[in-house]
Amino acid sequence: MSYTIALVGNPNSGKTTLFNALTGSNQHVGNWPGVTVERKEGQVQRGNQLYTIVDLPGTYSLGALSEDEVVAREFILTGHPDVVINVVDATNVERNLYLTTQLLEMGAKVVVALNMVDEAEDRQISVDEKALAQRLGAPVVPTVASRRKGLDQLMQAAADVIERPLNGVVRLSYGESIDAKLAELQEFLVKGDLTYPPGWLGVKLLEGDTYVRKIVRENASLQSSEEFGRLWDEIAAQEDDWQLEIVDRRYQFVSAITKDVVQRPGTAVQTATDQLDRVLTHRYLGLPIFAAIMFVVFQLTFAVGQDLLGDLMATGMGAFGSILERVLVNAGAPDWLIGFAGSGIIGGVGAVLEFIPLIVILYLLMGLLEDSGYMARAAYVMDNIMRAVGLQGKTFVSMIVGFGCNVPGVMATRTLESRKDRMIAVLINPFMSCGAKIPIYLVFIAAFFPSYGGLVLFSVYVLGILIAFLMGKVFSKTLFKGETSHFIMELPPYRLPTVGNVLRNMWDNVSGFLARAGTTIFAVVSLLWVLAVLPGGVEPYGPESILGRIGLVIAPIFGPAGFGNWQAAVGLFSGIAAKEAVVATLGMVYAGVEGGAELVGVIREVFTPLSAASFMVMTLLYTPCAATLGTIRKETGSAKWALFSALYTFAIAWVMAVLIFQIGRLFGLS
Amino acid sequence: MDYLPLISLHSGETCKIGRIVAGRSATKRLYEMGFNTGAQIQVLKNDRGPLIVALCGHKVALGRGLAQKMLVGKVR
Repeated sequence: MSYTIALVGNPNSGKTTLFNALTGSNQHVGNWPGVTVERKEGQVQRGNQLYTIVDLPGTYSLGALSEDEVVAREFILTGHPDVVINVVDATNVERNLYLTTQLLEMGAKVVVALNMVDEAEDRQISVDEKALAQRLGAPVVPTVASRRKGLDQLMQAAADVIERPLNGVVRLSYGESIDAKLAELQEFLVKGDLTYPPGWLGVKLLEGDTYVRKIVRENASLQSSEEFGRLWDEIAAQEDDWQLEIVDRRYQFVSAITKDVVQRPGTAVQTATDQLDRVLTHRYLGLPIFAAIMFVVFQLTFAVGQDLLGDLMATGMGAFGSILERVLVNAGAPDWLIGFAGSGIIGGVGAVLEFIPLIVILYLLMGLLEDSGYMARAAYVMDNIMRAVGLQGKTFVSMIVGFGCNVPGVMATRTLESRKDRMIAVLINPFMSCGAKIPIYLVFIAAFFPSYGGLVLFSVYVLGILIAFLMGKVFSKTLFKGETSHFIMELPPYRLPTVGNVLRNMWDNVSGFLARAGTTIFAVVSLLWVLAVLPGGVEPYGPESILGRIGLVIAPIFGPAGFGNWQAAVGLFSGIAAKEAVVATLGMVYAGVEGGAELVGVIREVFTPLSAASFMVMTLLYTPCAATLGTIRKETGSAKWALFSALYTFAIAWVMAVLIFQIGRLFGLS
Repeated sequence: MDYLPLISLHSGETCKIGRIVAGRSATKRLYEMGFNTGAQIQVLKNDRGPLIVALCGHKVALGRGLAQKMLVGKVR
């Protein structure tokens, strides 16, 4: 039998580092049932005992302000972990213990990992861990997760707590009037036969917690009581005051402890972070430095990921394709199977694999920025510009992530607290040109603008950002008018990124791509291939095939944009399934090959520089891929927003493509 | 004590949180991040863009709109 350990802690407390240090490579990632919040689990073997560690989302509190908080507390209350390890930042005990108090309120068995004690020492902050343990009624183990210090003692403490029950659960007092009200509530809640501890439910009700209100409201035996109804109304009238009073009381509980337990130097020690911030968040220098960093990130991504490794990968895939074909021919495989393997699998799935190096490099560099603490500064320096267009600094971080892939980009919007900011950030993310669109641009660049490749690619990205800004402004003035937005963000101290964290972060993202290449994209290219060869007897990928007929129906829409032929329409159509499929599809319908020089040659004949430009703009802006739409649906909690997103991006893309083509023609281009 | 909005403080000045008059969820978030009544903070940067304040030796960026709604008492 294995024991379950839940890992909770504030953002930036080193929780993820501790999780990685404890579990090593023994991890798997899934989703919590019903929500998109990531669920990470790992196994630790100690002696004969197996422990499953569940990494809960990093939160400041266990209220109902975000999905993360709800997921974390639901697991602690109903997932029945044998023990909860609470990661507390030793340099920030006063604030981190706020979360700890809520664990105690829940009656959870807690072990405190007092993390980053080395940093605390550097800042001359001392924490008396024995006294802290005594006051909390829970063991406290000093750790330095990044250097794997104290891990064994931590696991030992957790094992001990599992074996023997904690004695003397600490009870908080919320002041006379609230305590009295809680006692009154308790009597009813005990009778309600709810799955949650009645004491905790009482506190949450007085805090105006929307989830708990719902649970209690739906409890028939409670709602049938007239007396309870009166109490309910009384609470509703006062919860605004009580809510803050309860938070205050928790802090009083914390500060009564920390006043005796934590010693800080009279004046804060100047740290390297302060020195760095003087430059990196400087009112004039901050922005140019950020721009320079992003420039280097993209240069490196393309130089190493695309030009060096990507081409290598393409050559490898090509070689593999011809070997596979030869094997199939020698084995006497039927023609359709050879065709399917060549154009379907190698052409479709292979196209995805070719740009994996690019994604790897991009996520490695982003991971470095994130792990070092710089990403928060990037959001900070961008806030001014973003505010001018009705957005906020943190939105830009989700936009940068979108350059890799819009799926994690949309998910990165979770750090935005207000609904308005979050919804807008989700809706504009698809305008960030994702990695999968790069091969499409590269074909058209090779055909028409080979000497201005960098400039053209850069312009495409900038246009995407500008449209995102414009739509952000429009949405904040229309759909989400009047809703509030606020900017609160912790600026964590700069740290040397740890190799393990950066690699793991990269792998979490890249494995998503690989999984999609193996599943969705494989399915999509198979389906496209079937559509391209049916009905039987037609020329594969010809206008008579089902795919061709679909193209012929759609094509006239794109006439005003200069590419009203069925092949282009089919290419765009396949891109709604997955952007990776566009080049492969274009290759098959235009040239009968997956890509390469032949495709570039045909493109040069069929398109003009002007229609190539309008096609690239269309590609940049139009309907996001199915995976992104699915993520939008999950993150916004509604299929309507996903549909809206699919349609409005298409409309914008079409308008822009038509404008470019028609204005270009007026100026005598083409 | 006289309360003034946090945004009116200059960098280097220290203050204690008095009252927060922002929306319900923003107020709660601020409280839970440690900006509760009586918490002492130091303004590190207040020129352009969000403010940067130190709270227990840690830095937090606060939008100017929020800083307007946080009423504080100056500490010498």
